[in-house]
Formats: sequence, C-alpha cells, structure tokens
Amino acid sequence: MEEISSLLYGFQVALSYQNLSLMLVGILLGVLIGVLPGLGGANGVAILLPLTFTMSPTSAIIMLSCIYWGALFGGAITSILFNIPGEPWSVATTFDGHPMAKQGRAGEALTAAFTSSFVGALIAVVVITFLAPLVAKFALQFGPAEFFAVQLLTFCSFVGLGKGHPAKTIAAMMLGFALAAVGLDTVTGQLRMTFGTVELLRGFDFLIAVIGLFGIGEILLTMEEGLAFKGVGAKINPRVVWQTWKQLPRFWITAIRGTLIGCWMGITPGGATPASFMSYGIAKRFSRQGEKFGTGQMEGVVAPETAAHAAGTSALLPMLTLGIPGSPTAAVLLGGLLIWGLQPGPLLFVEQKDFVWGLIASMYLANVVGLIVVLTTVPWWAAILRVPFSIIAPIIVVICAVGAYTVHNAMLDVVLMLVFGVIGYLFKKLDYPLAPMVLALVLGDMAESSFRQSMVLSQGSISIFWSNGLVGSICALAMLMLFWPLISASLGKLRRGRASDTPQERPVE
Amino acid sequence: MTISNPPSSRARVHLALAFVVAGVFSLALNTAAQAAEWKPTKPVEFVVPAGTGGGADQMARLIQGLVGKHKLMDQPMVVVNKSGGAGGEGFLYVKGAKGDPHKIIITLSNLFTTPLATGIPFNWTEITPVAMLALDEFVLWVNIESPYKTAKDYLAAIKAAPDNTFKMAGTGSKQEDQIITVALDKFTGKKFTYVPFKGGGTVAVQLVGKHVDSTVNNPIEQVAHWRAGKTRALCVFDEQRIPYKKKVTDAQSWNDIPTCKEAGVDVDYLMLRGIFMAPGATPEQVAFYVNLFKKLRELPEWKEFMETGAFNQSFMTGSDYMNWLKKAEATHKTLMQDAGFLHKK
Repeated sequence: MEEISSLLYGFQVALSYQNLSLMLVGILLGVLIGVLPGLGGANGVAILLPLTFTMSPTSAIIMLSCIYWGALFGGAITSILFNIPGEPWSVATTFDGHPMAKQGRAGEALTAAFTSSFVGALIAVVVITFLAPLVAKFALQFGPAEFFAVQLLTFCSFVGLGKGHPAKTIAAMMLGFALAAVGLDTVTGQLRMTFGTVELLRGFDFLIAVIGLFGIGEILLTMEEGLAFKGVGAKINPRVVWQTWKQLPRFWITAIRGTLIGCWMGITPGGATPASFMSYGIAKRFSRQGEKFGTGQMEGVVAPETAAHAAGTSALLPMLTLGIPGSPTAAVLLGGLLIWGLQPGPLLFVEQKDFVWGLIASMYLANVVGLIVVLTTVPWWAAILRVPFSIIAPIIVVICAVGAYTVHNAMLDVVLMLVFGVIGYLFKKLDYPLAPMVLALVLGDMAESSFRQSMVLSQGSISIFWSNGLVGSICALAMLMLFWPLISASLGKLRRGRASDTPQERPVE
Repeated sequence: MTISNPPSSRARVHLALAFVVAGVFSLALNTAAQAAEWKPTKPVEFVVPAGTGGGADQMARLIQGLVGKHKLMDQPMVVVNKSGGAGGEGFLYVKGAKGDPHKIIITLSNLFTTPLATGIPFNWTEITPVAMLALDEFVLWVNIESPYKTAKDYLAAIKAAPDNTFKMAGTGSKQEDQIITVALDKFTGKKFTYVPFKGGGTVAVQLVGKHVDSTVNNPIEQVAHWRAGKTRALCVFDEQRIPYKKKVTDAQSWNDIPTCKEAGVDVDYLMLRGIFMAPGATPEQVAFYVNLFKKLRELPEWKEFMETGAFNQSFMTGSDYMNWLKKAEATHKTLMQDAGFLHKK
C-alpha cells in the first residue's frame, strides 16, 4: 500500500527531536488556549503564525496544528468544571459534563472527554490517511443547497429534545435567530438591526453569548445557592483514569456514530460546533439512557467530544486538498500555507510529500502526546474545584471578561457578556432552555446564507432541495429526525397493537 | 533549515568587537538622523478590515512576520482584525484614532464599497493615505469541462441566452466580485445570476464542483485548481497581461492569459492593497511608513509572495496615490450607482 509507505516516511519527518519538542510546546499552548474562553484556536494560531516564518514549513505546521489539537482537548476542561465552554465546540459537552462535575465526578467526566476526543481524532486521521482523494471528491458535491440540508439536519436532530415547554423552546430559539441576524447581511450586503451604531456592526458573536449565558449565568446561580461549588467533597484519585476507561467501551456505538458525524461535518465542511450538537442530539435520541441525558451521563460527554475532535481533525483535509477551510482555525492555517510558499490543493500531496505526510504523521503522534498530557493533568484540574468559591469565582469572571474582550478587541463585548450572563440566569430561573438559543445563534447565520444562496441559484424554486440524490436524502433524513418522536411513538403503538392482537386505530397526528 | 554552529571563542571576541564598532556607528547615525526622523515609540497596531484567513489578513500577517524577522522597525507590529460590517468597523476605528501614529490599516476594495453600500459615515479622505503596496488581479474562470475556451465564446453564449441563465459565484455582496459581474452585465446586456459566498476559497470550490458557471477569483484563490487542471482561465481584467512568465500549469504561465480587452471585453478592474494611517498624521510619520514599505518590497520573501499570488506590483505614494484613489472612487461610484447598489437614505 502506497499510503502506508508514505506514512512511514512521514513518521521519519515528524520524529525529529526538534519536531517532537515543537509538538509538546504546541499541545501545551493549545490546552491553555482551549482553557481560556474567547481565546480560540483560530486567534491563538493567528497570533503565533508570524513567529513561524523562520521555521521550515513542516515544523511550523506541526507546531500550529498541535496548538489546534491542544485547543480541541482543552475546550472540554472549563466546560466540565465550571460550565464555561472554553471553545464553541465544547458547548454540548457542558450539558452532561458539568452535571457530572457537580456530582463529584469531574475526574470521570474529564477522562471520558479526553479519551473520546482521542478516539474521534484517531479515526479521523485514519480516514485522512487512506481516503483523502475520495473524500475530496465528496466535498465537491456540496453546493449551497447541500449545506442548507446539513444545517437543517443539525437543527432537526436537536429540536424537540428539551424537556421544557415547547413554546419556551421556540421562544429561546427565535431569540437566537434574531441575535444572529444583527450585523451585515452577506447576501445583500446591507446592515441589519445595527440602528446606526458602530458597535453593533460586528453583530453578536456566538462566543460572547456562550461565555455569558453559561459561564456568568452559572456563577450567578451558584452565588444564589450558597457560594460553594457542588462536588467539592469528591475524592481526587489518580486511578480515576483507569476506572473510567473500564466503563467507556460500553459506549462504542455512540463513539463510532459521533466520529462518523464528525468526519462528515469536518469534510463537507460544516465545522466542529454543529457536529458536536448533532452528535449529542442523535445520541440522546437513540441511546437507551436518552431520557437521562442532561443529568450527568457519561455517554452525553462521549457523543459531542468524539464528534468535535473528529470534525476538527478532518477539517484539515478539505484545507489541504481543496484549499477550503473546514473550520476558522483551518482558515488561518491555510493563510499560513500560502505565506510559507505552499499551495494547498490537489497537487500538494504530489509536490510536497515531506510536508503533507509529515503533517499527517504528526497528527497521530500529537494526539497520543496530547492524550498523555491532558490525562496526567486530570487530577490537577479536578483539584481546582476544591479551591473555595470566593477565591475562584472572581478569577473566573476576570478570565471570562478577558476572553470576551479578546474575541474582537472590543469593550462592548465585555458588557454584552455580562448582559448575556443575566439572561442566562433568568433563563434558568424561568426554566427556558439555553441550548436552542445557542444553536440558533451559531447556526442561524450559516443556515440563512445557504438557504438564500440556494434560492438565488434556483431562481426562487424550493425544488432545489430535492433536485439530486444527495441533497434529497439529507433533507429526508432531517425530516425523519424532526418527526422521529411521532414516528417512534406510532411504531411503538403499532408493535404493541400487533402483540396484543387488538386492532387499534392508528394515531393521526 | 540551516543550523548555525556556535562561534568559537576567538570568533566570539571578533564578533564582540564588531558589535561595539557597529554600535558606535549606529549611535552616531541615530543622533544625526533623529532631528528629522520620526519613529514609532510603541507597538504599531496593524488593522485588517476583514476576517482571519482572507487575502488582506494573509498579507498583513506576512508583513508582520517580515518586519519582525528583518528588524525593519524597533517596535513590534500587531495585527488586529476588525471585520464587522464588511470592514466598516476597522475603517471607523482608524478614523476615530485621530493623531495616533501607531495605527495603520490595510485596505481592500471595501475602502470604497462598504461606505457606498451601507451608508456608514466614512470616506477614505478622512484617513491618511500612506502607500499603494500592490494591486490584486482578477481573472475570469470557468470549469475545465465548460465548452467555452475563450472569453469571447463565453460572452457570446451569454449574449445569446436569456437573462439569469449563467451563474457567477463571488465573495461578498456589493463588493469587488459583484462589481465586476455588473460591469460584465453592462457589457453583454444580459444579467448574470450572482451568488455571494463568504470567502474566495469557497467560491473557487463551488466552480470546481460545477455548482456555478464562472467566477472572477483572484489568482491566488484559484491557482491550485488551475494547476490541477480543474479550471480554465479565460481572461484577466487588467490593461496589461500579468508579467510573470514562469510556467504555472503544464502549458501556461500567468502571462499566457489574455487580457479581457484583447478578447474583446472592455472591462478592467484591480483591487487596491493599500496602506492608510489614522487622520492627523504628520509628513514625518507618513514618510517613516513609506520607507518601511519600500524596504519591505525589496525583500526576497515579499517578491516571492507577489509572484505566487500573481500580484500587480505597482507602488505609489504621495500625490500619485491620491490621484489613483480619487479615480478609483469615481469608478466605484459610477458602477455601483448603475447597479443600484448605493445605500438609500
């Protein structure tokens, strides 16, 4: 097999002392960037990019991509410990990860998150190694209509999951859509709902909202409930890693499903954030423990983490083969390639063997290194919960504020973060779900532009959404997901009807 | 990668001596020059009115890296992205920093198009022009499987078909790509269906995937697909051909692409990659940056980048630059007015 010999060659390139130490530096920096909310992988890589001009392109990309892997790992840490997603793709991790921490199982949650990230990434790298040309062709099939279908599928697999009142879910989602619409409309080039203020030109950033809604909101709640973290009494046992590993194989179906969703979303490119939401939603729907999701199920951590890391990893593939970035961080790395004098595209694999295979081999190595690094720190992270709330809470607020500021270097964002914090607190008190709002905020913008691009292409005919097999089947799948509760209910009734052999009227809903 | 050996002890003494001599010299030079010259006294903020990863951002980060690597400036340069409102955020930010010589901004066509299309209170005359760094070319691309071999064929087919038959993908709305499309509409008398996307890379892939009929991508956005034999370059929207004669694909160099004028399509458009600074800058401050970018242009890394991206290497400062800007603004205004893109009050 040609790929295997190329890969072995790649390992030769990546396994120099210099590259290995750069890998370690990259991972450590990445974890740090992942932990700090707001300072995302894209920003981190962009800031360090000019420092790499003196390195060889291969060493440079190894270090920068390691920052990216580190950020993917690190994003889960604050999500689990403090309900503050360090990165957008770890929002879904908070749903079950933070309840676990509250129950004193922070170590377990962290181990599960890191291990699933590793599994997701590893499978994605294998896909990249052996299927690169095939996958690149698949990505070409995606026009605006297909993108919209994917975004619709994400929504549909998530909608109707909440236990809350449907009207409250819809209200939260609509608020998310409204916030997503502020700023420049990419299709007409007009400003919307900025009311002539300069500060609103950039719209409401998803990250700011998430830091506020989850992070600050959580702190307000904790303050009300008595100024202490729950789960403080948890024993911190270094063996927690082994104990968790014993439980993890049970979730192999969820892990594989998450990885597949992640690979698909990374390649098409939908991105790690929608992938994690979609994976969580689907896992909740099809898991036996689905009902208990949101109360601290390990499976609810495995699902989004495998998907996010698989998507993050496979997002590099369209960047290398087609020059389209599958994620914001990949976009910055793409800029780096051009600056280093490399042209991403189909010929990169032929002309720059050192670079491509060095990078792919480094992905294998870096994920192993990353896993070891983060797993050894699990007890340390879990120990943070033992610091008294009155000391750690102000630190968290400051870190959140710094994070919110870094996103756009804007002071208004810090104020917005606080406002979102109050909204988050009120939502929890009034029993409004946060997830639909966040999902609408992150996907609303993308879904709107793909929908309108499709409409421009089809001259206003909605038939574009079933005009070919690919878009048609994704749309059908989305509808299936949307009506799944009804379908499974009627199937259940049908089956029960057969079993008891009494003819029953089928429910028409 | 070169690894320099540590100097031996004798060499080290020489080196130290050389440093002392050089130090004395530079000290003397500095004191002589200080009277006339202005120098940044704190880090220079380099504003990019676009997101991370785009063309302007790449250029800014390259400049940041090169300035640091070759020590062109004592103070570091820090790139800051302010992409809100099609870059309006960045322009208003620099406009608001009156008298601050430590803020510069790199522009793209949105210098003209954003204020015209959105009505934000900004005009380029409100900030200080420093230099034109380069001009970005635009090329008319079709998929390799398209039946059209020349720009003439393609335009003839458009003329023969009803409105909206042909689909053009481009970056953003009411910006450079759509302006060229409108200019083509004007020329053929038929309308393209223009589909806006967020980034040039996505636009290029939409063409390769045959979701649209053509694009007007910058060379750097399409070159990978061109070299892989997936797309065909029909003509370049410039008065002269691109000068680079090195073969890029198996058969063609950038220089082999005819100008659109040669092909009988009288449309040309170039995008400004220029540098501006905050209002109220003194001539000494402007001169410092002009000098900085002059030194930058001489670097081999910069020249290589220019060739990879097939940039038009025009460099202008002072009144030449002013006149160019005035002309470009007028052109944009006419084209956008005809297309109905101007912001309605």
